[in-house]
Amino acid sequence: MARTFTYGALIFLSALFVAPFLWTLLTAVKTEAELVAWPPVFWPEDWRWENFATSWAEQPFGTYLQNSMTVVVLSTIGQVFSSSLVAFGFARFRFPGRDPIFVLLLATMMIPWDVKMIPLYMEFNFLGWINTLKPLIVPAWFGEAFFIFLLRQYIMTVPMEIDEAARMDGANPWQLYWRIHLPLMLPGLVLVGTFHFMNAWNDYLGPLIFLNDQTKYTLPLGLGLFQGRHDVDNIAIAAITVILCLPPLVLFFFVQRYIMDNALGSSVKG
Amino acid sequence: MAELRVTGLWKAFGAVEVLKGIDLHLPDGAFVSFLGPSGCGKSTLLRCIAGLEDLTEGAIHMGDRDITQLPSARRDIAMVFQNYALYPHMTVRKNMAFGLALNGMPRAEIDRRVALAAETLRIADLLDRKPRQLSGGQRQRVAIGRAITRQPQLFLLDEPLSNLDASLRVTMRAELAALHDRLGVTMVYVTHDQVEAMTLSDLVVVLDKGRVAQVGRPLELFHRPANLFVAGFIGSPQMNLLPASVIRQSADDITLALHGATLTIPTAGHDPIAAPAVTLGIRPDRLEIAPDGDLSGTIRLAERLGTENHLHIDLEGGGSVTCITDGTHPARARDRVRLRIPPADAHVFDGRGNALPRRLDPATQALITDTNRPADPA
Repeated sequence: MARTFTYGALIFLSALFVAPFLWTLLTAVKTEAELVAWPPVFWPEDWRWENFATSWAEQPFGTYLQNSMTVVVLSTIGQVFSSSLVAFGFARFRFPGRDPIFVLLLATMMIPWDVKMIPLYMEFNFLGWINTLKPLIVPAWFGEAFFIFLLRQYIMTVPMEIDEAARMDGANPWQLYWRIHLPLMLPGLVLVGTFHFMNAWNDYLGPLIFLNDQTKYTLPLGLGLFQGRHDVDNIAIAAITVILCLPPLVLFFFVQRYIMDNALGSSVKG
Repeated sequence: MAELRVTGLWKAFGAVEVLKGIDLHLPDGAFVSFLGPSGCGKSTLLRCIAGLEDLTEGAIHMGDRDITQLPSARRDIAMVFQNYALYPHMTVRKNMAFGLALNGMPRAEIDRRVALAAETLRIADLLDRKPRQLSGGQRQRVAIGRAITRQPQLFLLDEPLSNLDASLRVTMRAELAALHDRLGVTMVYVTHDQVEAMTLSDLVVVLDKGRVAQVGRPLELFHRPANLFVAGFIGSPQMNLLPASVIRQSADDITLALHGATLTIPTAGHDPIAAPAVTLGIRPDRLEIAPDGDLSGTIRLAERLGTENHLHIDLEGGGSVTCITDGTHPARARDRVRLRIPPADAHVFDGRGNALPRRLDPATQALITDTNRPADPA
């Protein structure tokens, strides 16, 4: 009985989460008439798969995809690398002011993006980076408080004796980070990488502020072009939205094993 | 191989002093145990030698080298940790090769050393497994193997058997002894288990509250404990310790009053004791039940273990003792018994807890000094 209830609840919740995506997918393959029909048409009579190709061709989405991939790949690498390195420092080194600095770092999570927007614009403008992809990539190479916190906690679960054994084996701090802790925190890195990938992939406001030239646009900005002042192309928006959803879905499909897996296993006693 | 000298070592964590002036000489090729209760500083001392803790004061020399300020990796020391500390993401082979690869050793030499260590420890068939696929005993062997491949001058082992079950511990103990004989390298072994220390060691360093209580061969600690702490710590059940007072003394014996009885204990020559209050020690297996015994008491508890009985006896004059008798002895709880203390087996400790030198019979003396291993206490 309890099992039935559990499965029922899970199916209901799954349906709740899948429904918007399903509606978007169905919208993407409808005709204009079906889109505006009343009562609404749930199941299209004629599946217009060509809507995807047509919508893609309406804007230079090839360029947007290239820009998005550049931003996402470079910033994810930077985020994973810098956050893990800083986390390693906070977790494994004793230095004066370590804990106050860490608290200060955590406190930065409380500053909303809206507050940072203008100072960041001024800063990047000063550096001559406006209308380049740099403001969307370079900050990720300086770590993110939440990810640093997450990975620091991860490193702190690794017994100190493993570090000591490596030190006795001749590992310097860099080798300790690179050869011991980085592989050990792989599930944490995958998690950070996935989170950052999603944020960067879906980011609309950042590119909107820092990019002017349409050739520099990322996919979410390109998607926004379908929403004009007087006209909204809902089918194109739905089609491109579905396409935009695919990379994160594929990514999650492949990495969920790492997120669930406990790489630490039984390295120590037990 | 190298001898190790620790001179005036102090170690404090903030205001807490953990090691208080340790002076030690560990001979080349010896198996040395650091023995003591929890919190006595034995693991901290080991970590100081390993270079994992900075010294507050003092120096450590290995052979002619002053290694006090050297980082761990350059001390030529390998350590086996209590919880093994294997790298979980690496196979057994990579665990064992890691240190060698970091030091830029050619691949062929690494393979040769790993194969040799694996063969020695009988783990050749486990080389491609990850630590989580190994049992406790296998992990322990890998941890030792990782240390062996480096061919260090000194092995440090921090309670390496404490996570194993009782039968495996006995097996590994024998293997460790065999390994030490085969390698002939200096090994320092930290334990709180006196059986491990007594059976494995050439030399035992007993630590108490951050100080060296005594350094000696295992049987020397048993037959000639230097003070009350060592007397109480070495031996199971514990030595019986009874308050007594000095009636008279000469250069080579001392007469004590104890619960109305008078005992003259031979010594190997001692300085006169000023204060009359002393402590008499007698091991439970040396205490005899005899009709003409010096002390009388009532058996509170009789533990029959088969080959022997452990009798817990409340003495008439106050206090209690433990007496070990043959397993066939008929004594039962609530029986009144008389106990005899053979003078030659008694230990006497002065008011400060230091032992008076015992006069031993030639056979025991020979047993203490006899050794099959090249140990030479400092």
